Amino acid sequence: MTLKKQLEDLRDRAIKNIDSTLTLNDLNQIRVEILGKKGPMTEVLRGMKDLSASERPVVGSYANEIRDVITEKIEKKKIFLEAVKLNQTLKEEKIDVTLSGKKVPQGVRHVLSQTLNEIEDIFLGMGYEIIEGYEVEKDYYNFERMNIPKEHPARDMQDTFYITDDVLLRTHTSPVQARTMEVHDFSRGPLRMISPGKVFRRDTDDATHSHQFNQVEGLVVDKGITMGDLKGTLEVMVKKMFGQERKIRLRPSYFPFTEPSVEVDVSCFKCGGTGCNVCKHTGWIEILGAGMVHPNVLEMSGIDSNEYSGFAFGLGAERVAMLRYGINDIRHFYQNDFRFLEQFKIKE
Amino acid sequence: MSLTGIEVENVRRLDEGLKKIVVGFIKDCRPHPDSDHLSICQVDVGEAEPSQIICGAPNVQADKKVIVALPGARIAGNIKIKKGKMRGEVSNGMICSLQELGIADNVVPKAYSEGIFFLPDDSKVGMSVFPILGMDDSMIELSITPNRADALSMRGTAFEVGAVYRQKPVFTDKKVIEDDSAAADQLIQVMVEDEADAPTYKIRMIKDVKIKESPLWLQNRLIHAGIRPINNIVDVTNYCLLEFGQPMHAFDYDKIQTVKIVVRRANAGEKLVTLDGEQRTLTADNILITNGETPLALAGVMGGLDSEITEKTTTVALESAVFDPISIRKTAKMFNLRSESSSRFEKGINVATVQEACDFAGAMMAELSGGTVVSKTVTATSMKLKPVLVKITLAKINRSLGTTLTIEQVNEIFAALGFKYDLNHDQYEVTIPPRRWDIAIEADILEEVARIYGYDRLPSTLPGGQVQPGSLTKSQQLMRATKTLLEGSGLTEAISYALTTEEKAAHFLQKESFPTVLQFPMSEERTTMRMNLISGLLDDLAYNVSRKNENIAYYEVGRVFYQNKSADSLPIEENHLAIAVTGNWQEKDWQTIKQPVDFFVIKGIIENLFSMYGLTNQITYQNSQDYPEMHPGRTARILLDGENIGFIGQVHPITAKKYGLESAFVGELNIQQIFAADRKGIIYKEVSKYPAVKRDIALLVDENITNQSLRSGIHAAGGRLLHRVELFDLYQGKNIEKGKKSLAYTLTFMDPETTLTEEEINQALNKIQKRLRSDFSAEIR
Ligand SMILES: [Zn+2]
Repeated sequence: MTLKKQLEDLRDRAIKNIDSTLTLNDLNQIRVEILGKKGPMTEVLRGMKDLSASERPVVGSYANEIRDVITEKIEKKKIFLEAVKLNQTLKEEKIDVTLSGKKVPQGVRHVLSQTLNEIEDIFLGMGYEIIEGYEVEKDYYNFERMNIPKEHPARDMQDTFYITDDVLLRTHTSPVQARTMEVHDFSRGPLRMISPGKVFRRDTDDATHSHQFNQVEGLVVDKGITMGDLKGTLEVMVKKMFGQERKIRLRPSYFPFTEPSVEVDVSCFKCGGTGCNVCKHTGWIEILGAGMVHPNVLEMSGIDSNEYSGFAFGLGAERVAMLRYGINDIRHFYQNDFRFLEQFKIKE
Repeated sequence: MSLTGIEVENVRRLDEGLKKIVVGFIKDCRPHPDSDHLSICQVDVGEAEPSQIICGAPNVQADKKVIVALPGARIAGNIKIKKGKMRGEVSNGMICSLQELGIADNVVPKAYSEGIFFLPDDSKVGMSVFPILGMDDSMIELSITPNRADALSMRGTAFEVGAVYRQKPVFTDKKVIEDDSAAADQLIQVMVEDEADAPTYKIRMIKDVKIKESPLWLQNRLIHAGIRPINNIVDVTNYCLLEFGQPMHAFDYDKIQTVKIVVRRANAGEKLVTLDGEQRTLTADNILITNGETPLALAGVMGGLDSEITEKTTTVALESAVFDPISIRKTAKMFNLRSESSSRFEKGINVATVQEACDFAGAMMAELSGGTVVSKTVTATSMKLKPVLVKITLAKINRSLGTTLTIEQVNEIFAALGFKYDLNHDQYEVTIPPRRWDIAIEADILEEVARIYGYDRLPSTLPGGQVQPGSLTKSQQLMRATKTLLEGSGLTEAISYALTTEEKAAHFLQKESFPTVLQFPMSEERTTMRMNLISGLLDDLAYNVSRKNENIAYYEVGRVFYQNKSADSLPIEENHLAIAVTGNWQEKDWQTIKQPVDFFVIKGIIENLFSMYGLTNQITYQNSQDYPEMHPGRTARILLDGENIGFIGQVHPITAKKYGLESAFVGELNIQQIFAADRKGIIYKEVSKYPAVKRDIALLVDENITNQSLRSGIHAAGGRLLHRVELFDLYQGKNIEKGKKSLAYTLTFMDPETTLTEEEINQALNKIQKRLRSDFSAEIR
């Protein structure tokens, strides 16, 4: 048998052995056996000394070639077997993926803030400014500038906490509007504002009354503002808040600071108007009060009511949240029971 | 109707839920042998045989027509009547009181309030009682806003209904038949001292009256309107109040004692016993009806006991007047006597029908009492009716409502309302009838047109004209970012009451201030505007802990109210942010050990906030013992550019206990001042291409030397190349000299321009060590 043939046999045998090896140990054994000092490869190379000077380099290079093939084959197999072994180990490191993850602290915004933020964003989108004012106000701004002089019967509509005869806890956010109107520069454009914030009424706290609640009032004053503009604006708000299919309905009402005054109902978002317990089987839910700004209110703020007109509206954040989520007790908003607050972490 | 005018609150049948209730005639009535209060009655209910019914009413007697609930009947409260036995005797139903038909106790005539009701003798036995009691009909309840006091009468409401349904109301009038044998002004003189108090004041005299029960139809109407029938005179005044909205008062003429009536203001301290038996001490705010000497009545609010109509009354002086609304309001409020009368005077009445209502009442009294109306009305004052004219153009109507109404449409609306008008091109001059005293200006007309036209028919448009983009102010943006950061840090937002106790309001006070206190608080719990947010949050925490929510981390943003000496100016409102945490920051779970909240948890959150505001380098913390409610060793005052802006720390254990908590960590910041601070915005720096080098340094210093001072010392000495300083170890105790502590910092050096050399770093380190030794006597280890 020629050396070349011997080499080829050796190669074929080695490849066969390597292929069938299952462990790194066996593979190492094969490496030592074939390529080691006492192995067949060494032996073959040793036989080279008997070759002629012209044959020697040919066979030599062929032998190297074969050795490289075998070495590479062993390396590849080694990587493969190592990976198999690692995976074996990893599989043994199996965890129960149903165990709970590490708690990462995460707080929740109060549902009233979420409601107010949402309303604010709707009106920001329509070019309104958000203006905040004093929570403790002068009787003058809270009532008189709202066309409710002292001893006016309408004062009974808003029972009031007084600090002194002239200072009170605001009963609505309207004084912010009065203060804004008197400084607004109409030469720079119309007034479009909303005023969110806390208001106070002398009510005994129970499931439906709260001495403190949050209100958003809106006001637009410009030349040529119509009652149709009020209706359209409220429609936009109601659809954004309660769904595109919602309709609104205006009913006559009375607020001393608006004339005409209306109560605004939204078609029931639970039953769609067919009648259910949320809408007390009327298909409609009372959601806000609104109207065209009373000329007296404009004039008292130094605005010419012959030239300018405006509309105003107001709604309660608590009422909106109660209707939306079916909350049946207004006191929940101020008790701050975590089991209540945390429910509003979901973004709908 | 709710959509155009007055809100319909409720419509209900008066006999709703009632059945099988008939007229019965008690043929025989004798005491039950085994009872001291029951009677056995044989009652004819229109059947062949009389029914035996046991009755417990004290006023039951034979020969009376009564209300009988037959077996199988349903009475008020959904109670079913069955045949039964009472103490051994069969009872085939029940003889009913008015209350048992659902009529409120306070409107049942006094004579029947403790027992069964007697029907008129001509009632037909066996017939349903509902037509007799006026209950075979529906009741419409209206909710009337203060501006529509014109609808606080049947006539006013009839006009409103007429306008809505385009129909014309028709009223039956009563003609007064005057007895000419005497003239009223011979019997009485009437004077009003100040015309402003009673711009109209009229008296009619009705003589030879016989006081008795009113006919049932009249009683029924009053009862269903919520007024208790009294007698044929008083009932007429109440009936006319409902019919015309004109409050009236009837005096017993003989008890006036003089022959005159003088309307004047009360003298301070003057006394009057009103109809309810209460003695009232009067002030000059009260308008009085007097006999020239002593008070007879509180004008428009309540009559006096001494001149009340009684069974013995034979001559009635009937008052029909208009009183000053403000005085009436004050008087009613002062004595807590809001009545049907006072509320109408307050909101205004139809001044055009004072005489008409008076005549109507006089005629009705004569008719029901067998008396006669004495000729002439004695008039002390009488308001001149000034016509109210309002001008408005069609263009203005359409411009205000956004509509395209035509002249014809507007004409039709005015006709429906019963408003007369002159039309000149498109200019209306509308004559407002006195019955609509709520209408005086253009806007009022706009409302009338809009509602009668129909709000549902208005167009939906958006305001046109110049629109500027709306945007949050800087502070509003920062506030939202602040909330988002805090929530991401695990704090939940709470909203507490601004009103609290005077004691809690003054806890955790950051500024000297007087409290802002309510004049008339409703409860002791809510008397004072808060001057801190923490106390509210601690209450919230305690509320949760007592409900086994033991790990709570809250924040709140809101106003606190500081008060200067002058109480009449507004308080200073300051926007604050507070946080409060109790229990474990990390709960123990299957792989985590529990971590109770501590000072450094909340400090970490606050530091993140200041870092977001870009204020980190302007903030310093100082140990503080200034807050009595705080732990004196674990509280830090926070300064922004050297100015106090708040504090964080542990609540003093005694205070915590007072709030019902074991321990709590809190902080409160003047967020308004923080938002207003000059801040560095983002100054972008190229991310360095060159590697940073870290070196650790350990030192031993006196235990009173603060981390903050060491860090600033290191920073100052480290120069431009020193990028960061982080404390990674703090040790005190074994192997450390008493009164000393060991700290170890990692210093990060970096040069954005080039790779640092060993020499540069060592130079910087040397400087730092030198500074630490010299300034802090530090031993470098
Ligand atoms: Zn519904």
